[in-house]
Amino acid sequence: MKYLDEFSNPDLARKLLDQIHAVTTRPWALMEVCGGQTHSIIRHGIDQLLPAGIEMIHGPGCPVCVTPLEMIDRALAIAAQPEVIFCSFGDMLRVPGSSQDLFGVKSAGADVRVVYSPLDALSIARENPQRQVVFFGIGFETTAPANAMAVYQAKRLGVTNFSLLVSHVLVPPAIAAIMESPRCRVQAFLAAGHVCSVMGTREYPPLAAKYNVPIVVTGFEPLDILEGIRQTVVQLEAGRHELQNAYPRAVRDEGNPMALAMLRDVFEVTDRTWRGIGMIPGSGWRLSARYRDFDAEERFAVTGIHTQESPLCRSGEVLQGLLKPNECAAFGKQCTPRNPLGATMVSSEGACAAYYAYRRLDLVQIS
Amino acid sequence: MCLAVPGRILSIAEVDGTLMAEVDFGGVRKNVCLQYTPDAAVGEYVVVHVGFAIQHLDEASAQETLANFERLGILNDEFGDGFTRAAEQAGVDQ
Repeated sequence: MKYLDEFSNPDLARKLLDQIHAVTTRPWALMEVCGGQTHSIIRHGIDQLLPAGIEMIHGPGCPVCVTPLEMIDRALAIAAQPEVIFCSFGDMLRVPGSSQDLFGVKSAGADVRVVYSPLDALSIARENPQRQVVFFGIGFETTAPANAMAVYQAKRLGVTNFSLLVSHVLVPPAIAAIMESPRCRVQAFLAAGHVCSVMGTREYPPLAAKYNVPIVVTGFEPLDILEGIRQTVVQLEAGRHELQNAYPRAVRDEGNPMALAMLRDVFEVTDRTWRGIGMIPGSGWRLSARYRDFDAEERFAVTGIHTQESPLCRSGEVLQGLLKPNECAAFGKQCTPRNPLGATMVSSEGACAAYYAYRRLDLVQIS
Repeated sequence: MCLAVPGRILSIAEVDGTLMAEVDFGGVRKNVCLQYTPDAAVGEYVVVHVGFAIQHLDEASAQETLANFERLGILNDEFGDGFTRAAEQAGVDQ
């Protein structure tokens, strides 16, 4: 219980844990979809405070980690072109491509810039009309409204030297893919709270019913996660499988209607390959026909991409919850945040990075 | 990038036909787009994701979250310089 006093409200954490222990009669396997939740769980040792039979399986909800290798290589090729200013969230800088990363491309002289918001990239485009400004539009449903707005504004303002390299992914098709896998052990999901802040909760009841899994919309702070786990276990023990919202302060059933309207205008559903996992039908967004002129993939016809993953990296199994990071032979040895073999070791949402940052010393003592 | 941070709206202005706000995140100030929460008012708290307010939040919840993030050093991860962080992680001098 060494971590409990680090909670913002240890008394409330204690009560929630007591309730979870009291209601649990047998083992359950819960998946937290979002990598932000994975980090919170590992950082605060929540998995170690739970009843012994309750396993937290870490899900694929790390957008940096699942951005396909081919798309990373394409980004690197575009960024290296002299007329291009390549803008990205900082998280993408050290994600390994087949032979290098954005950080290395910048060191070699490319104009790579980190922005806080996609609108910052649009401003850079307006300030540099003689250059091509490309924004790497990755992420789940949470970042999509921001990327959509940047493209919408580019079109509205006639900023023709701006384009988006789109690699958006969606949570509900990933939940379906996980449940369809023959190796699936997941019995319930903690759904990502802020995805639902945007999208609402209405996509999830059909999934809960089809796969007989409780789905509980959960926030990101330790107490939110404990409450999400508590509601999930109560459902499992009662044999129920419903959608519940354990994060009502930031999630409304209808989501954000204005963001949803923008998403429907700018994006359309497409099949998407997830790094380490493979193609999941209907699991991504690409620009709709109305905005296709702003698609960097079409503007920069990069050819000759030959992807090559590290033969040692098992991040695909980690992302599918089939392997804990420390069970990979390369973890902490050939693969560290300084020399990452896979994206899960560098991202602030990656499960391998979480284990390395918060549990490396414990793991060394055990082994 | 994937983190949503609550912030307090300090001022609101229309820029190129787009509703923008200056938002305070526990001392760090950023320009934030309010197009998705157009009824948010000065003094209110919103949940902000990569420069966009995506939902309203009550003051008590927002302040508690900000205090936690501050305590855990998460605000620096979100708002600090990306290249500095990447260089530290890579173990190279810039």
